Amino acid sequence: MTFWTRTFGIAAVFLAGIAPLHAADDELNALVWCDHSDPALLDPFEEEHGVTVNIKEYEGTGAALALLEQSQPGDWDVFVVDGVDVPRIVEAGYLAPLDREGLPLDDIFPGIRDSEIHEIGGELYAVPEKFGYNTISYNDAKVNAGDMRDIAVLWSDAYSGRIAIYDYYIPLINLVAIGLGLREDGITADELPAIREHLLKMKERSAMVGDVVSVQTALATGDVDIIAGGGEWATAVLMAEDPNMEWVNPDQGGVRWSQSIGVFSDAGNPELARKFVEYVLGPEGQARLATSSCYWAMPSNSKAALTDEEKTVLRWDEQETFIANSWPYFIPDPELDAMFLDIWTEMLQH
Amino acid sequence: MNRRGLAGWFLLAPAFLWLAAFFVVPFAVMALYSVWRREGTQLVREASLANYEAFLSKSYFLDALFNSLEITAVTVVLSVLFAYPLAYILAFLVPRRWQRLGLVLAILPFWTSYLVRSYSWLLVLSENGVISQTLVTLGLLSETMSFANSNGATILGFVHFFTMLLALTIYANLVQISPNYRRAAEDLGASRLQSFIHVVLPLSLPGVMIGAFITFVLAIGDYITPQILGGNRELVMPQAILLQVQRRADFPMASAMSLVLMLVVSAVFLASARWLKMDRV
Repeated sequence: MTFWTRTFGIAAVFLAGIAPLHAADDELNALVWCDHSDPALLDPFEEEHGVTVNIKEYEGTGAALALLEQSQPGDWDVFVVDGVDVPRIVEAGYLAPLDREGLPLDDIFPGIRDSEIHEIGGELYAVPEKFGYNTISYNDAKVNAGDMRDIAVLWSDAYSGRIAIYDYYIPLINLVAIGLGLREDGITADELPAIREHLLKMKERSAMVGDVVSVQTALATGDVDIIAGGGEWATAVLMAEDPNMEWVNPDQGGVRWSQSIGVFSDAGNPELARKFVEYVLGPEGQARLATSSCYWAMPSNSKAALTDEEKTVLRWDEQETFIANSWPYFIPDPELDAMFLDIWTEMLQH
Repeated sequence: MNRRGLAGWFLLAPAFLWLAAFFVVPFAVMALYSVWRREGTQLVREASLANYEAFLSKSYFLDALFNSLEITAVTVVLSVLFAYPLAYILAFLVPRRWQRLGLVLAILPFWTSYLVRSYSWLLVLSENGVISQTLVTLGLLSETMSFANSNGATILGFVHFFTMLLALTIYANLVQISPNYRRAAEDLGASRLQSFIHVVLPLSLPGVMIGAFITFVLAIGDYITPQILGGNRELVMPQAILLQVQRRADFPMASAMSLVLMLVVSAVFLASARWLKMDRV
């Protein structure tokens, strides 16, 4: 091999590595949350269709938007996104309308469909695929379970120094607002001083503020006994080793999150993308997604093929009550969002 | 320009291209973004200093900068204090044939993932971790307590990593110092301590300063260790920067804050430039 052959070979490999994703018939490029990277979810689809699913995980819609701004048309096929962000994603032109035919829309839990955010101008753009709660997780052996049914426990002195706060300002501000009885018609700028005051109180009584893994680790290692903003996603994977790991929807209610799946408007492989959406929303795909190794949460499809044990961990039988007694994320407009982030940053620095 | 001059430019071209592609252009883009602003989902491409004004007007951003400087300064000082004796022992007290093995053993723990190492420290420092349990067993603590989720834990994680990095740069400097200098000093009546203070230490300062500067740059820009071990008790600059992009995708504000951080690093570089002699390491 000559010097130049070798040089061009190396350059070709390098350029192939940095070149944009390209649309091949047997490949699907999906921009997703971490629960979609579980081989238990992907392998059956790949084997059935003889394709490869390329996964790119992201955290936070802002990160996804940054990725999309740097991508070429056709780079991405499937998008999993925070349900409440679907309208702004549609507004930006990223999602294609979905044909309702063949999608199990009637099997989705009532109250989870959220038609107002998934259907815009009469067209369906995304479908909720998984949901859960930002409420209170706790170690049943260390706290009084009855105390956990009141959100005010998070800023009382009863468990000072034993609380971890989940580091995401939208659900936590929502949770505080619910605890203060301010959430009925959304949150306004006038209510932020009261919310700020209680966020600061909560911080003073907390041991840490952390991401998913950090707050889970803190609860599992005994550093804290309570996760503010926790839920089934935080404790379900810990229950196998410690059955004392619990979560509850407080009497005032909790915050309900959901993630949605859609197909990109400029998907390179729209047919395969559609098949993937149908697979994920089907009973088998829903069961695998709900029990993904990254985090567990409720499947949106009420006919998900979960075992009785899995349903127990997810509190399947209480979902009707939980859904009724919980609010979807209130998403502020950009100006209010900036105010949310202001008081959250102040709380972190407090 | 003669052929020799052209050949020189041709040979330098790859370095210029590399610098342009991976530093000048990204830096220019970041500087440009920093004077734009985000309004809702729109990027407003009008030059203004609004992001810099916002940074200077909000106390929690300034606190984040101060926290970063404080944690980094303590990290650098502690790392130097631990690394210097280690490098000195390796360079002067360990027989030549064992030095390489000593260096490999010293850096062996760092062949693991930085992320995994940080989470390992979290387990060690937790309430039920080995430190807390040992102190209770020895009777030094009446009950278990957590050492994690604090600035102290962040500094510990940093010092664990950077001590080895610094030891390598200081060692590389120490082994270049001819033993004849020390012998000459001792022949002239200097004690071992005096020959260290007046001969070895001044000659090894370039290695110390370069290692300290690299430690400063890496520590002040690190997000992982403060995020995992600090428990968000107090924000540092990389955390405050990431808050701007995670959900809001406010890259203009994040760019302005990154440039402020870069200015601080540049100021430290200029202040220590007279000691930063790369050819001595």
